[in-house]
Amino acid sequence: MTATRTFRVLPGFNLTLGYTLGYLSLLILIPLSAVFLKTFEMDWARFVEVVTAPQVVATYKLSFGASLLAAAINAVFGLMLAWALVRYSFPGKKIVDALVDLPFALPTAVAGIALTALYAKNGWLGQYLEEIGIKVAFTPLGVLVALVFIGLPFVVRTVQPILEDLDTELEEAAASLGAQRWQTFRHVIFPILLPALLTGFALAFARAVGEYGSVIFIAGNLPFVSEITPLMIITKLEQYDYQGATAIASVMLIFSFILLLIINGLQAWTAKRTGRDR
Amino acid sequence: MAGATTMHLGGNHAARFENKAATSETPLVKWTILAIALTFFTVFLLMPLIAVFVEAFRKGWETYVTALVDPDALSAIKLTLLAAAVSVPLNLVFGVAAAWAIAKFEFRGKQFLITLIDLPFSVSPVIAGLVFVLIFGAQGWFGSWLIDNDIKIIFAVPGIVLATVFVTFPFIARELIPLMQAQGKEEEEAAVVLGAKGWQVFWYVTLPNIKWGLMYGVILTNARAMGEFGAVSVVSGHIRGQTNTLPLHVEILYNEYMFSAAFAVASLLALLALVTLVIKNWVEHQAARSYRDTQESAS
Repeated sequence: MTATRTFRVLPGFNLTLGYTLGYLSLLILIPLSAVFLKTFEMDWARFVEVVTAPQVVATYKLSFGASLLAAAINAVFGLMLAWALVRYSFPGKKIVDALVDLPFALPTAVAGIALTALYAKNGWLGQYLEEIGIKVAFTPLGVLVALVFIGLPFVVRTVQPILEDLDTELEEAAASLGAQRWQTFRHVIFPILLPALLTGFALAFARAVGEYGSVIFIAGNLPFVSEITPLMIITKLEQYDYQGATAIASVMLIFSFILLLIINGLQAWTAKRTGRDR
Repeated sequence: MAGATTMHLGGNHAARFENKAATSETPLVKWTILAIALTFFTVFLLMPLIAVFVEAFRKGWETYVTALVDPDALSAIKLTLLAAAVSVPLNLVFGVAAAWAIAKFEFRGKQFLITLIDLPFSVSPVIAGLVFVLIFGAQGWFGSWLIDNDIKIIFAVPGIVLATVFVTFPFIARELIPLMQAQGKEEEEAAVVLGAKGWQVFWYVTLPNIKWGLMYGVILTNARAMGEFGAVSVVSGHIRGQTNTLPLHVEILYNEYMFSAAFAVASLLALLALVTLVIKNWVEHQAARSYRDTQESAS
């Protein structure tokens, strides 16, 4: 090992790395390991019983289904919004660009009650949707609306820098070779954007699965209908069922870890495809 | 999960694309895309924001002010400020240390360490609260010891602070790591060779280079710390006047059907979000300017 050691000019390696590892372990790793240690106290049969109870499975279906759908909606409309922000001039563009980050900055509880007010029976949007027979607030559709809200900036902000870096020469070459505009987009631009778009999709999805604050107000939280998995954990905790809460949490954690690895892979792919390292 | 939170130094690019036939769409396509994108923006982002303020003032100024000067609201404001005042400096020191170790040195497992730092982003806030209940709660690891020594962490202020530090953990580190990696270490090495001490190197060489990124990370950390709901909701116990942060206070008022009061307090948080966005944009603008300046002086 000593052969690979190089002399370090800059000071502070041991101090900063030691501090980083210590702080990370104390605050994040050890606390998170508590979830698994607590889960191991249960026997396997009981664990399976808890995490596959019909009411819990219904929450997985809603949480994962609505999150996937919300991320897909954001991928489509987020791409359009990013495209408009990079390619077109229009009045108020700077304000629109700045407000795209609103879901990052606005506390989720505020977003939750605001969306509920909009989509309730007598709300600005809800009253018209009600007339055509669509109920949003207190239904699974409400969950979807909240998840679209919180996921939007992830797609826009991952796609936008890639679009900005795009050379006009590529499209000019395609056009001079006789490509229609749609062909140029489909075969030249879209393949360059794809890794970033998938990254944005995955980020929005990961955030949506764990989301709590913006969802619970608009969801109505009916068992088997509009109950999300994080709420299930809270419900178990309020009933002092710590083991049950922890078992469901460990299922979600494992899923998050897998998703995190996928996202890191996607980001590496984006960097390779576009030559950017951030 | 840096992609969406790192600083964005874009400028105006539209002119580059709009003036050439090869890089622009037909007017019909262009206006269709614009119309769809802006409708989506209005329905999903703009209207919720406006709704907060309209609902807050629905019953007039008096109700609005009454909701804000309520003693419970004031104590919620204090606790929210406290949680942010602890989390920001703690995660600031960590972020700088982590970025220094990762950007300036080579070691094995670096990529894995970066992934671990990202962890809190992908953990549900509810789980972030749960972990501290498992450790410090009445039935937790230290539960009986804490009860014997009459120390309260869960359903008390320390638990709220811990949960807030957890959810805001990666922001500053995540901002600084790519920034410092891109800047390399030549400048710092030159300073050391010229005889500068460690702290001098950091203070006079590194810090001026990373100040905008640092501020950006601080703003994001602060916004999240003040607005966190899920994690603190689990550890708070919702004791009025004692363990309620502003977002939790909004929830309580809302669940008691005091909608105008709930939205009044919510409007305070929405204002905070708007101020955050304004500062964030200003920082991005400054960072882009100083980046251009260094590019010009280098060429």
